[in-house]
Amino acid sequence: MKHTTLALTVALATGLAATAASAQTLKTVKDRGMLSCGVSQGLPGFSSPDDKGAWAGLDVDVCRAIAAAVFNDPSKVKFVPLSAKDRFTALQSGEIDVLSRNTTWTLSRDTSLGVNFTGVTYYDGQGFLVRKSLKVNSALELNSASICVQTGTTNEQNVADYFKGNNMKYEVIAFGTADETVKAYESGRCDVFTSDVSQLYAERLKVANPADHAVLPEVISKEPLGPLVRHGDDQWLDVVKWTLFALVNAEELGITQKNVDEMAKSDKPELKRVFGTDGNLGETLGLTKDWVSRIVKATGNYGEVFDRNVGPGSKLGIARGLNQLWNKGGIQYAPPIR
Amino acid sequence: MAIEAREPPSQFVAKLRRALGGRAGWSGFALQILFVAFLLWIGYEVVANARANLAAQRVASGFGFLNNTAGFGVSQTLIPYSESDTYTRVFLVGLANTLLVAVVGIFFATILGFLVGLGRLSPNWLLAKIAGGYVELIRNLPLLFQILFWYLAVLGSLPNPRQSVSVLDAVFLSNRGLVIPKPIPHDGLAAFALAIVIAIIAAFALRSYARKALFDSGRVVRVWPWALGLIIGLPVIAMVIFGKPVTFEMPELKGFNFAGGSRVVPEFVALTLALSTYTAAFIAEIVRAGIQSVHKGQMEAGASLGLTRGSTLRLIVVPQALRVILPPLTNQYLNLTKNSSLAVAIGYPDLFSVFAGTTLSQTGQAIEIIAITMGVYLLISLITSAIMSFYGWRIGRSMGA
Repeated sequence: MKHTTLALTVALATGLAATAASAQTLKTVKDRGMLSCGVSQGLPGFSSPDDKGAWAGLDVDVCRAIAAAVFNDPSKVKFVPLSAKDRFTALQSGEIDVLSRNTTWTLSRDTSLGVNFTGVTYYDGQGFLVRKSLKVNSALELNSASICVQTGTTNEQNVADYFKGNNMKYEVIAFGTADETVKAYESGRCDVFTSDVSQLYAERLKVANPADHAVLPEVISKEPLGPLVRHGDDQWLDVVKWTLFALVNAEELGITQKNVDEMAKSDKPELKRVFGTDGNLGETLGLTKDWVSRIVKATGNYGEVFDRNVGPGSKLGIARGLNQLWNKGGIQYAPPIR
Repeated sequence: MAIEAREPPSQFVAKLRRALGGRAGWSGFALQILFVAFLLWIGYEVVANARANLAAQRVASGFGFLNNTAGFGVSQTLIPYSESDTYTRVFLVGLANTLLVAVVGIFFATILGFLVGLGRLSPNWLLAKIAGGYVELIRNLPLLFQILFWYLAVLGSLPNPRQSVSVLDAVFLSNRGLVIPKPIPHDGLAAFALAIVIAIIAAFALRSYARKALFDSGRVVRVWPWALGLIIGLPVIAMVIFGKPVTFEMPELKGFNFAGGSRVVPEFVALTLALSTYTAAFIAEIVRAGIQSVHKGQMEAGASLGLTRGSTLRLIVVPQALRVILPPLTNQYLNLTKNSSLAVAIGYPDLFSVFAGTTLSQTGQAIEIIAITMGVYLLISLITSAIMSFYGWRIGRSMGA
């Protein structure tokens, strides 16, 4: 991990000198025949290798959707697992084309890291995981607790803000990777493991007796997670952004992996625009006319992606909540394809 | 016609020429200048290009971030620190933690390494085999694995704070670390400290008196009972006259953790244990090699003078062996310091973890932070080397070499 940071920094210092100025990511990706996508080192539901060694998860499906839009082949993705603290350097140095790694959108990241957030794939918030045997029912009862957290995350600062704001003492122990953090929590070094709530559910699956641990009700922060691209390439930014919007719009319009071919024959003006049978919206993005059906065929719509990876259809079983569509009580909303 | 002696070339120019141009003379010198200029030019291009491109991509650069508020907590701070301090403060906190591990680790590694190294040479079969087994086992296992072993398997299996092992309800050992009573300074502290200093100085004076007596008249003066009496007696007298130097704040279990008292965190213990046992295995081999490099006639000479084995080792063999031992020993000290950056795996807040880790990912200024961190490790290593070179020079001088 140490060596990754160093290698990436050297790549950043020298690589920036040569390549980054020519910002034609879409062309580079097409020429290479492969999308290079930064993901986590293994977070069930978002990005982790399954039992056959193939990457799966919500963040992974975003990469596959982009690959489907560009190549019509969701398998043309090279996944690059990154720790929380190496992820931005990897994107800055050009090692990856897009970072899809449960990353929180904040002002300072958007402005000072030389990256652009493309949208929100998961509305999350930070919570606390504790042992049920501690008999703690609220985060406000955590005064003087020891807290395990992964370094290089927004969680580290949120927990400092929360405890200071509530005049509580705490001890924070920060680890390099999620696995090390969970192991230390499990060994009893910490009373509390803090992270984004979705991640708490995912990591709880890894501990010995998941039923002995509970997520406290308090959510202490806003953590909108989404993919990022490098500054300075608006075309590539549009491709990634509209791939996300296509997933959400497809759900709203009722286009699913199963019925996509049937829907493509529809006469509705809106669907004709989406499927490219009328106009050339896809081509203005630098893609093809049938880009939306390519995406939906590969991964399904946003709802299907959510259900399969983190929702009721998965081991995590997280409810849609905020991530429901805007017209069904959530806040997932995409601008129209027209 | 008188033959005039040719003007000898000026000594200064000749020296300069030798120093700069070597055998090749001035043309070699010119080549060297060209080469250095070329290197400087490459360095300049890399820096200028990186700067321009960082600016073009609007990635923040420069060292202004050092004055920004850090906003995250650190578990072990030797100097006062709070979340509202700056990244500069974080850097100093991390540096202090790194130096602490390095100094404590080097101290224990040296002691353990010398003991094991001498043990391997012991005529006692069992001791020699145990020391040999230790060296072979420890130096052949990866260090990161050993750190995790100490942290997760050994310290992690200690009971939780509520069931902690306690001694007299004052010292508590649990998986949150070792909690001991915290000394609070009182009025008598200054006098107490002064008494100790005076006692130590007096003990040294006694020692040099005893030496002089030994060399001048061959009398053996036993000084250690007097020295012991001084070192214990003087402070006790000071305490009686000026009052208690410190009182102790007792730790007590409150909520999840102990409140009051001082605490040694398990991350520090695990890292120090792993680093010092690991490095000790290498030091043991260096010590063994150093001692075996001293001719065995020296040992026999010591024995024939009637010295015990211990005294022969201490007075004759080890001082000669030190000349061989010191350079590779310095290497091990440097390795230990650099290896301490593995701390990030177990959450010990060393320089690499809090500065090149957390600070880097929060500010995103990889180039600046990695440059600073590399510079600091380099500086620590160079200082260690300089100290060891000075020590080696003193040993060499005292032996007339």
